[in-house]
Amino acid sequence: MAATGNVINLKTGLAEMLKGGVIMDVVTADQAKVAEDAGAVAVMALERVPSDIRAAGGVARMSPPELVEEIMEAVSIPVMAKCRIGHFAEAQILEAIGVDYIDESEVLTPADEDYHIDKQEFKVPFVCGATCLAEALRRIGEGAALIRTKGEPGTGNIVEAVRHLREINQDLKRVLQLDDAELMTEAKDLGAPFELLRIVRAEGGLPVPNFAAGGIATPADAALCMQLGAQSVFVGSGIFKSDNPANFAKAIVKATAHFDDPKAVLEASKGLGEAMSGIEISEIEEPMRMAKRGW
Amino acid sequence: MTKEKLNIGVLALQGCVDRHRPHIIAAGASFCAVKTPEKFQEIDALIIPGGESTTMLKLIDTFGLEEDLKKVFAEKPVWGICAGSILMADKVINPIQKSFHMMPVTMERNGYGRQLESHNAVVDGFEVSFIRAPVVKAVNDNVEILASHDGAPVWLRSGRYMVTTFHPELTLEYPSPMHQAFVHLTQEFS
Repeated sequence: MAATGNVINLKTGLAEMLKGGVIMDVVTADQAKVAEDAGAVAVMALERVPSDIRAAGGVARMSPPELVEEIMEAVSIPVMAKCRIGHFAEAQILEAIGVDYIDESEVLTPADEDYHIDKQEFKVPFVCGATCLAEALRRIGEGAALIRTKGEPGTGNIVEAVRHLREINQDLKRVLQLDDAELMTEAKDLGAPFELLRIVRAEGGLPVPNFAAGGIATPADAALCMQLGAQSVFVGSGIFKSDNPANFAKAIVKATAHFDDPKAVLEASKGLGEAMSGIEISEIEEPMRMAKRGW
Repeated sequence: MTKEKLNIGVLALQGCVDRHRPHIIAAGASFCAVKTPEKFQEIDALIIPGGESTTMLKLIDTFGLEEDLKKVFAEKPVWGICAGSILMADKVINPIQKSFHMMPVTMERNGYGRQLESHNAVVDGFEVSFIRAPVVKAVNDNVEILASHDGAPVWLRSGRYMVTTFHPELTLEYPSPMHQAFVHLTQEFS
């Protein structure tokens, strides 16, 4: 049947359904099945996980359509795919394929150094990365229906995701205290849309769900992000770059579901083998820091 | 605990849980997110919310909750929404998957299609969202059809079980008529 219009509540609605879950990066249909079997709520179809993108260098682009289609065929959970920041033609292709969510992602090489995609034009929902409240609201203003922290993808280092979650939380606390007169100056100082700041203040939080991403490598990392207010977690390289992907996938799912129960997270953390090897952020050259991409 | 108010539990393994809180409170009951057997005992009725049905099945298995949930299903009113309605169906297709045979219907997962076919529609006078929603394909005689959309039942009741394939919690004012109906149903059976 014909679906009605391009409606924001349908876009955020799917994000609501993904809450309390784990979205896993996969590069093959087999990996997608491992993710689904472990209890992933969705998969991100990619040609390479972020740590391999980092290692390979060069230009990282949207995945080949055949790969995305193959993964969509393989699983019944929602399938997301990434396009480059500002690359609306890649987004159009992904919408034509029929993916369930598009990630306009700093993990890929940006295609536009000034403008993000006008996401309101699309019927497919978008998720975008953010490092602070203002950036989240700029993306929401452009039509993003889901926000995730940027973190520092492909590092297995949680420090940046934590920084971004805390930054958003601190910004929210401040904005919720402001009166009308103060709010406009805050909008100017932050570089955030005034109308969205009003909505934030009225609703007491972001108007769309907020997930964590970038550097999550262990069950404890997932529990940390959830306790800091993330409503779900994206795990990129952390699963399929670990010793035992099926075990890690299941363990991170368990820890996310019971993030507030240390005994459950302890159980989930046992017998896993080696996590992916990590990278200290200061060892990454400035141009290769993905969290700095996007504006 | 005191029993002045009915305590409506929402299964909180994964999915759209918190959005039910204001509806349940506005309908005069208490809200409780539940994910452990101890918590199941405190509730008068259970909502299985929207989310991913395959994920919920995996989590029920992973945490060994099947027998405890079956006990809840055998004793208390249960309302399944979207993914929850799939778990409650007698039979599930597209793909075939395990279910708990509570509501004598056949459910086709993602019956309208993927996210691009998600849509809002007016059901029983109320605009609600169908998000990667299932479609009821076959209904047994003893099921009461409370509302239909596009030629298929979307709100059904059978004894103390209720299902909706859409999401009243996302778009409607508090309390939604479906939340009210479920609280009434719970009163009848308490």
